[in-house]
Amino acid sequence: MSAQFLQFLLAGLTVGAIYALVALGFSIIYNASHVINFAQGEFVMIGGMTTVSFTAIGWPLPLAIAVAVLAAALVGLALEKFAVEPARGASVVTLIIITIGASILLRGLATIVWDKNIHAVAAFSGEAPIRFGGATLVPQSLWVMGITLVIVLLLTWFFGRTLIGKALLATSHNRLAAQLVGISVRKVLLASFGLSAALGAVAGILVAPITFTSWDVGVMLGLKGFAAAILGGLGSGAGAVLGGLLLGLIEAMGAGYVSSAYKDVIAFVIILAVLFFMPSGLLGKRSTDRV
Amino acid sequence: MPAFRILPRSGGLAALALVVLLLPLFLTNNYYYEVVILVGLNAIVCVGLNLLIGYAGQISLGHAGFFGLGAYGSAILTARYGWPPVGAMVATTLGVAALAYLIGRPILRLRGHYLAMATLGMGIIISIVVTTEDRYTGGPDGMAVPALTAFGLKLAGEHLWYWVVGGALLVAVWLALNLVDSPHGRALRALHGSEVGAEVAGIDSARHKVRVFVISAVYASIAGSLAAHYSGFITPSKVTFFHSIELVTMVVFGGMASTFGGVIGAAVLTTLPQALTVFKEYEMVVFGAVMMLTMIFMPKGLVPTIAAYFASRRGAGKSPEDSAGKGPGPVSP
Amino acid sequence: MSLLQVEQLGKEFGGVRAVADLQFSIPAGKVFSIIGPNGAGKTTLLNLLTGVYLPSTGRIVFEGRDLTGRAPYEFAACGIARTFQNLQVFFNMSALENVMVGRYLRERCSLPAALMRFPALGRAERATRAKCEELMRFVGLAQYVDAASDSMPYGALKRLEIARALATRPRLLLLDEPAAGLNPIETLEVDALITQLAESGITVVLVEHNMRLVMGVSDHILVLDYGRQLAEGTAEEVRRDPRVIEAYLGSEVATERAAPPGGH
Repeated sequence: MSAQFLQFLLAGLTVGAIYALVALGFSIIYNASHVINFAQGEFVMIGGMTTVSFTAIGWPLPLAIAVAVLAAALVGLALEKFAVEPARGASVVTLIIITIGASILLRGLATIVWDKNIHAVAAFSGEAPIRFGGATLVPQSLWVMGITLVIVLLLTWFFGRTLIGKALLATSHNRLAAQLVGISVRKVLLASFGLSAALGAVAGILVAPITFTSWDVGVMLGLKGFAAAILGGLGSGAGAVLGGLLLGLIEAMGAGYVSSAYKDVIAFVIILAVLFFMPSGLLGKRSTDRV
Repeated sequence: MPAFRILPRSGGLAALALVVLLLPLFLTNNYYYEVVILVGLNAIVCVGLNLLIGYAGQISLGHAGFFGLGAYGSAILTARYGWPPVGAMVATTLGVAALAYLIGRPILRLRGHYLAMATLGMGIIISIVVTTEDRYTGGPDGMAVPALTAFGLKLAGEHLWYWVVGGALLVAVWLALNLVDSPHGRALRALHGSEVGAEVAGIDSARHKVRVFVISAVYASIAGSLAAHYSGFITPSKVTFFHSIELVTMVVFGGMASTFGGVIGAAVLTTLPQALTVFKEYEMVVFGAVMMLTMIFMPKGLVPTIAAYFASRRGAGKSPEDSAGKGPGPVSP
Repeated sequence: MSLLQVEQLGKEFGGVRAVADLQFSIPAGKVFSIIGPNGAGKTTLLNLLTGVYLPSTGRIVFEGRDLTGRAPYEFAACGIARTFQNLQVFFNMSALENVMVGRYLRERCSLPAALMRFPALGRAERATRAKCEELMRFVGLAQYVDAASDSMPYGALKRLEIARALATRPRLLLLDEPAAGLNPIETLEVDALITQLAESGITVVLVEHNMRLVMGVSDHILVLDYGRQLAEGTAEEVRRDPRVIEAYLGSEVATERAAPPGGH
């Protein structure tokens, strides 16, 4: 029994780490621009698919990964510049539809640039399963969890210690004040989108050897990442990570012990529950408006 | 009372009736009928959805769920339990209305992104349940639906269905126009304009939001039931997130706070993919681009933008119908 | 006879006490003003008195009914109406429709009647329209009866809100800085309007910075400072109250000729 539990736990942490990365991307963009980027999942897709393309033409994996992350970051910058920037000040509904439109556009482009097939990516360090306390683990899972941890630490350092990171944070707290001290909000927005896209791409690359990748792999991952961000508290980095891990664990436990057919429903039931009872999430701030 | 005010309302309805009456002259084969019927069904959903999004200023990214519930409800009751189609449709509609009421109360306490996400979640849950409960629904492959029979008459064939859907659309538009012009419609638009302003003027915002949510769900459900009987078949593809987005795009593209905008949006965006079948692979790219460009350059949507253009040419004294098409307006998150 | 009683009313936001320990009553048929420096809690108090904010402590009793904790639309239904400091005009509707929204409470319109446009509804709509046009003329907006709300100047919009509030047939009308942003002539017109309203039997509560307006038109004044009640009484009493003079009005000599305190 406990070996099974451990199995589900490890599976949950693995997929939870991916959700955490996607959720971080949502939070960073939301913090900077108050936009929910429904196209976040497509960055995940771009990461995985670009890696596939470049390894297919013979590039070594690390190089392909680097290019993929860069490509995603560029798409993120383009998204900010051509979709979000022109619509600044528009209503919430408008912005939602714009980013949804962008996600559909990107998926459409993906079917043209690539195809509609599912693609495999080689695992970083082989497929030999590792035995751990009665459960088995693929090496890729260790990569996923390890790299996610490294990224979270890097981001903590970035936001806490570097000037650029602090500028991003400042803008998210009070845009006007940030502008008044000379922070270019435009650059902050671009940086946020680029950073979030890179995070999404990394998530996509990490998970591709386990779940394969295709043109529409971003849809569900994006939505679940968003669910995780809301669970943890939209706008909170720690919340994104916590929400991601928690969502992954609940999903794995639910699929294992209750019903695997309804695995995907879990994420959305959680969204509804959080929104109904605890809209600011686990670690989010409660706010009141002045009338 | 400025005379012009009468015109958009009953004039528009008359124009639509004329179109419905005369269109068959141009439909030279069954394929065209099929497309037009599809437009009509989407238009019915959009008219209802427009009440929610355009007039009341809310959002729903899960309305395909209600459409699907209407379709599957009718399908299951008639195919698996042998209910008479009309009775099944009525029962299904009542069921969907009840569900919308129950979900509506908690969901509509949310605003902006949170509301969008909650409706999204609702729609996806419905779509997953529909796909998974294959004993009832036939799962991902869908299920067959018997033809619609009423009073001994079997409704089959493109021509007959054209008139049914056309008539249903006219009724749907008429009801919506009446609602918008009534005190209830004003209350909804006031909610959209300023929720606190409406509240202190005596409008129970929660109740009105739920009510328009239920009404829009009913519209979608009836359209779904009709669609199921018309096609003779229903699959989960009509219950997906993507279909919900299509519907919202139609409403937004055609014109928020414009009932006819909903119809036109449905017309354009239903026929567009058909016209693009030649460029099938570009369908998604074009759709996505349309969504983005519309919201960036024409956020009020097609009909209100055109109406505003003519109104500004005409000069002072805008009619209330024109002012109503002011677009999304500020929606507090 | 007191129309509205406020007992131990307080409101907290997180750790911030916006208002605390408010205890006063508003007599019927008079003009009651609430003054105080910026941040004193005047608008918070107004929000509490219309149900927009939920009190953290205390009670609000209107015409003998305890309205504490009710929703804003219930306050409106009981006969309390208000205007806003930051305009909450429905810019997506015409001027007349803005006022007509105020009539919603008094219209009996069922959903089927609305959907199918029963003939009675048509008659009721025409009657509502006529009444609201009259209201607009009453507040001095005759020229805007056919206008779109987003084409109206600021001063007219403030009056539009008053017309909308009047459409709800209130017994208590709360005006949040009706003269803010108006020139001296417009201010005089507001002054006259307030007096007219009071004479027609509506109890008017005024939140204002403009001392001349307040002193000229008020029967009672409540002074707030840092969310607390500083003084309460007739205009004369408040004018002479040393605590008020010290906190807000400046030296006694300057009071008579005081310009409105700076900084809105």
